[in-house]
Amino acid sequence: MPRFNTVAEFEDYRAALLAARDPARPCIAVCAGAACDGLDSAAVAQAFEAEIARHNLAGQLDLRVTGCHGFCEKGPNVIAGPEDICYFEVTPADVPEIIRATLAGEVYAAKIYRDPQTGEKAARMSEVPYYKHQMRLLIGDNPRLDPLKIDDALAIGGYAALVKALTTMTPDQVLAEVKQANLRGRGGGGFPAGAKWETTKNAPEKTKYVIANGHEGESAAFMDRAMLTGNPHKVIEGLIIGAYAIGAHQGFIYTRHDVPRLVEHVKTALAQAREYGLLGQNILGTGFDFEIELHFDVGIFVSGESSALMRSIEGNAPEPRPKYIRTSVSGIWDKPSNLNNVETWANVPQIIARGAEWFASIGSDKSKGTKLVSLSGHIVNSGIVEVPMGTTLRTLIFAIGGGVRDGKALKAVHFGGAMGGSLPVDRIDARLDFDEMSALGAPIGAGGLLVMNEDTDMVDIARYLMDFLVKESCGKCVPCREGMFQMLKILTNIAEGRGRKFDLERLAELTEVTSLGSLCALGKTSAAPVKSMLQYFHAEYAARIEAGSQTP
Amino acid sequence: MSEVTLTINDREVTAEAAMSVLEAARQAGIPIPTLCHHDRLEAYGGCRLCIVEVESRGKINHVVSCTYPVEQGLAVRTRTETVDRIRRVLVEELMAHAPDSPELKALAEEYGADRNRFGKEPIFCVMCGLCVRYCAEIKGEHAVGFIENGPRREISFIPERAAEVCWDCQECFTVCPTSYAQAAYLLAKGLAFPDGGRS
Amino acid sequence: MCEQAVNAIIENYRGKPEALIHALTEIQHELNWLPREVLAEVAAALGVPLAQAIQIASFYKVFSLTPKGRHELHVCTGMTCHLRGGDKLLAKVEAVTGLKPGETDAAGRFTLERGSCLGSCSIGPELIVDGKHHGRMTPEQVEAVLDQYS
Repeated sequence: MPRFNTVAEFEDYRAALLAARDPARPCIAVCAGAACDGLDSAAVAQAFEAEIARHNLAGQLDLRVTGCHGFCEKGPNVIAGPEDICYFEVTPADVPEIIRATLAGEVYAAKIYRDPQTGEKAARMSEVPYYKHQMRLLIGDNPRLDPLKIDDALAIGGYAALVKALTTMTPDQVLAEVKQANLRGRGGGGFPAGAKWETTKNAPEKTKYVIANGHEGESAAFMDRAMLTGNPHKVIEGLIIGAYAIGAHQGFIYTRHDVPRLVEHVKTALAQAREYGLLGQNILGTGFDFEIELHFDVGIFVSGESSALMRSIEGNAPEPRPKYIRTSVSGIWDKPSNLNNVETWANVPQIIARGAEWFASIGSDKSKGTKLVSLSGHIVNSGIVEVPMGTTLRTLIFAIGGGVRDGKALKAVHFGGAMGGSLPVDRIDARLDFDEMSALGAPIGAGGLLVMNEDTDMVDIARYLMDFLVKESCGKCVPCREGMFQMLKILTNIAEGRGRKFDLERLAELTEVTSLGSLCALGKTSAAPVKSMLQYFHAEYAARIEAGSQTP
Repeated sequence: MSEVTLTINDREVTAEAAMSVLEAARQAGIPIPTLCHHDRLEAYGGCRLCIVEVESRGKINHVVSCTYPVEQGLAVRTRTETVDRIRRVLVEELMAHAPDSPELKALAEEYGADRNRFGKEPIFCVMCGLCVRYCAEIKGEHAVGFIENGPRREISFIPERAAEVCWDCQECFTVCPTSYAQAAYLLAKGLAFPDGGRS
Repeated sequence: MCEQAVNAIIENYRGKPEALIHALTEIQHELNWLPREVLAEVAAALGVPLAQAIQIASFYKVFSLTPKGRHELHVCTGMTCHLRGGDKLLAKVEAVTGLKPGETDAAGRFTLERGSCLGSCSIGPELIVDGKHHGRMTPEQVEAVLDQYS
């Protein structure tokens, strides 16, 4: 493997790679995302490999095992290029026909999309309803690369934005671009990334750190994993660019320990970037030094909270710091530490490559760009979608998600995972916008959208979420530890038919004290689901207490 | 040492710039309740009883005074309706565990807390961490620590250490607001000390 | 063999208190649990109080302070699995194995965990055995899946 000592060497290598690749050549991309993997997509990939070998087709057809394509519901997914024909629910038995059709420039009609209502078929990605309402700027590259091969990333423009930043822009210009793009943090708060970078950049301490948070401990949110597993180089590139702007020479990627493929892909990508001279001393001969260390969560959600996460990187119990000083000023080992989530970092390369103006032209007034959303629950088409900010929940649920499963009616949607909120069906014309969703009490959070049908028991949902959160609290401060413990008790009583008249009043007080009094972001937001229940489903709760009936 | 001027309950107060709001208030003789604070230990921010309302550059926030630094022109209010309500609920939550702690009973009186408001789960420890932090910060012994997380969190004497050092010290018993530290020590001694420990 | 590997891990991190979590993670991976004596050795070698090692080992879910079974059963209790019948699946696994979450059977065959969301929500409810996903499970299929593991 080469190590590039200058930008020119690197770009020559990329040019040679592109010259050797024929974009018109047929290519089969087999999805190995979390859901497809669970549906044994490995057997499908093996069948392709065997069939190609048997008929000696390696010269005519490429095979690629990739990260998540997005339409998880209908896995295992296969996309056949160059026409991007989408095949769903593929089994090893379909493989010979898919190869035959692909080589002949035809479509194997048995496994393409078929509308469950109209029976209408769609073959190309641009025609499949699930995909056609999306704008896949981030996740769209997943089918185009093997995450274990850095050359695949280079062939589609990987690290070009890094080269642009390092060779044609000063750190201040990079920062200005990100600020102008109005990129807001995708991890939950929607805080402007540029302003956060600036705080760390301007902090007096010389040593600074950057961190990519890929912990994603939130239930029913699975897009960060899909991004980091399917295209680790995009996140790494974003992190290096950010480090350059901020003046950091050490970065951390913090992610889950329990997804073996994710771990393998990130480790491999880091090693390859190092070999190519994209990490380490004097990156591409530009004089910029930067190294990334990989850290794993050890199985608790609170470490997704920024100061607790940093304590964990230091090797301590993940208790948040009690200080009123931002981690962007005093974080890991008390050094200024800028933390953004995986999706935020993944947005950085395109902002640098295509410019702030382009980025800011996508989305709503105050929420720019696209957002990855995981769709799950009682929805027809679950999976990972990417839409421009400002898209309505109705579009997400019906046009893309195909509506509610089993012919049931929609009752509610829950946004933002365990610390998010539930909205009733009459609010689904709300737009996917940081401020709009927060004002409604269902902050976007990481971006997990859960659909609930008419049979869903809202008391059970709140009880379930609280049961989850109670176990994730670190237990240090009283309002979080005791407040959630008491809320869970009350919700369990209501769910089991032992609710009492003053329970809703007690719940309201507990939510106030927990959100105003808790030490860290986990505690402060842990009462959000209960608050949204009291706001939108008060009548259902009151009726349950009155009737004394149990969760069915 | 530079000084700043702030107001606490509309009274002008001067404090050293490095002080917390709690320290500034106590220096001025203005009481703020605490359970987990100890003058010789690092501020912990666990009990949250010392929560106050602060106003700075037109913004109003609720912060805990033991870890919030003083600043020039800060306006602090130690008793507002919201602050009192938060303290009352915190005391009620803790009384579910230690209903007869003298310190909690006094606070209940002050803030009108109902000891029976929430479902009881008597474990007698309010998790203030004074014993754990005293042992680590003052004594440097680490003979008692926290285990588990969330509502399952508890203090635990480490038999291997405690058997060697606790008998001659026992200082943490005096900082405990509920006498639970002593009980936990005796349990650990009886059940888990190698050879029953020194006595 | 195991002891050697554990010693190598401890040596690798000797004198590095900040590496406590790394060391414990690797040892957990090697032994599948963290015996008390090993915790004491790690604490002494890295230079952290035993109390801190015990706090971390009991705090994070990855670590186990008791031995685990040969096979790890993980029933996803994420939100989508919950909506799609994860509780019934868990009840069936409990009934078949006689275990409650967190327990290991006397023969050391299975450890049962009810676990957080693993991100394959589209194929929930799920039973994951030693990392292998069995998606879209119904309670009726539980016995046949478990029979594959001895």
